Amino acid sequence: MLKGENISFSYNQAGAEEKAVLKNISFEIREGDFIGLIGSSGSGKTTFVKHLNGLLKATSGTITYNGQNIYEKGYKLSNLRKEVGLVFQYPEHQLFGSTVLKDTMYGPRNLGMTDEEAEESAKSSLKLVGVDESYYYASPMELSGGQKRCVAIAGVLAMKPKILVLDEPAAGLDPETKFMIFDLIRRIQTERNIAIVLVSHHMEDVAQFANRVWVLHDGTLKMDDTPANVFAKVDQLDEMGIGVPQITQLTYELMKSGMPLPHAAISVDEAAKMLTHLLRKGANA
Amino acid sequence: MIKIDNIVHKYTVWDDENTKNEKVVLDGISLDIPSSTFMAILGPNGSGKSTLAKHLNVLLLPDEGTVWIDGINTADVDKLWDIRSQVGMVFQNPDNQIIGTSVEEDVAFGPENKNMESSKIRTLVESCLKRVGLWQKRKESPTRLSGGQKQRLGTADALAGVPKCIVMDEPTAMLDPEARKEVIRLIHDLNKNEGITIVLITHHTDEVADADQIVLMKEGHIIGKGTPMEIFSNKELLRAAKMDIPPRVELGDKLREAGIPVPESILTEEKMKSEILRLYNETKGKGEATC
Repeated sequence: MLKGENISFSYNQAGAEEKAVLKNISFEIREGDFIGLIGSSGSGKTTFVKHLNGLLKATSGTITYNGQNIYEKGYKLSNLRKEVGLVFQYPEHQLFGSTVLKDTMYGPRNLGMTDEEAEESAKSSLKLVGVDESYYYASPMELSGGQKRCVAIAGVLAMKPKILVLDEPAAGLDPETKFMIFDLIRRIQTERNIAIVLVSHHMEDVAQFANRVWVLHDGTLKMDDTPANVFAKVDQLDEMGIGVPQITQLTYELMKSGMPLPHAAISVDEAAKMLTHLLRKGANA
Repeated sequence: MIKIDNIVHKYTVWDDENTKNEKVVLDGISLDIPSSTFMAILGPNGSGKSTLAKHLNVLLLPDEGTVWIDGINTADVDKLWDIRSQVGMVFQNPDNQIIGTSVEEDVAFGPENKNMESSKIRTLVESCLKRVGLWQKRKESPTRLSGGQKQRLGTADALAGVPKCIVMDEPTAMLDPEARKEVIRLIHDLNKNEGITIVLITHHTDEVADADQIVLMKEGHIIGKGTPMEIFSNKELLRAAKMDIPPRVELGDKLREAGIPVPESILTEEKMKSEILRLYNETKGKGEATC
């Protein structure tokens, strides 16, 4: 679907020396993807993500959506923005409509849907995120934190994107609400067949939900692989200021201390299985 | 240091334009926070954690019950500023409390407002910035700081009030893992080296393993209180408070279920690692002691 080749980007700083924020990044987002984008603060994640729907234009390189170059003259970026939805951090701070329904209709209306179409799209998106009819005419301000975030996500879904980019969607939420949000993201992915890009500092979440991980460091895409393969490189990630899931760290240290585990685990279940096997086997030997 | 006696706090909610209703957010909370304690408060969104925190430096007053800060009743209006300087606050989003155009001016803002002599302010600002490790950055604009540095600046702002206690409301929620560690280390230092009482509100169970006391809140009540060991070995309680079980604790449970004799109540990663290695060496029959 969305493909980038050799993307570089520098902010134009008048007077100051140009500093490349993104360097030669090539990537591809395919149907059915659930990509976790990780990197330390300042690695260029936010700048990168803003390229995915044309909010920023690469200094060099090309991005194509379904084969069409988005930087070509005459290409309507508003079309791309319909296809690639961005949910920023704390999206509930951007709610402003007088009612939940009006707020959710705002985006699709701006994209040129008629009122009826926008309302239909808003209602089906609200249903998907679990906000029922009784909330349609409530003020967004009356909702709980988790509900507000769901409504904000519905506002982006109502534009019917094919790719949804979420920046730290669970920040500030308690474990239960967080789980609800991730469950929702998974449902969005499967029910609407939307590819997901999840930007997160929480490696546990990335390991649990993503099927592919992008590692961004110093403006370069250093790794593009499965969670298991990426998190196996504990030392490399550590050098980049990126942590690994706690259970990965623990099993990795056990390996370094001489336990013959096949690889570092990325989930507690996996670790328990490997360790049980090893500790039992030892007993029988 | 802080004594909370059976406080109740209610917010007004509007069911519709004309019907007013009350929502009880704190429902009879009693808690003692002794001087120099490191106390962590955990609980789901909406459990009343932040509302409780706001009672500790009189941003809110209880509807019923009393809060005593170093023997002063927070309802005593004449003592308001005394109390506020005893208890500093650091919030989730540092941008909400940073106002200076440079790092040092930001820290000087509080003392200036208290009409402190400028020579004293200078010494105080220097000491605060050095303690949080931002002295080198004193001339810079706060907007150029990273998230972790901003949170340390927020802490320096609080320190400039020369507080005996600092209340931190999810100070790490917006930070990356490195910056989180940095901030947590800083507050532990302030607690250990200077004896400053710390009240840390968080969702991250891995940040509280070293706390003296953990308080679990739910729906305006305290549903559990104890040392990290007591709290994390009580799975039912954790589930009731909707808290994550730390991965190493969960691993211990799973291994025990599978018949591997890992001792209960292991809290730190180091300990878990050495326990597993010990078991492994035992099963190998060599009996080497590795730690």
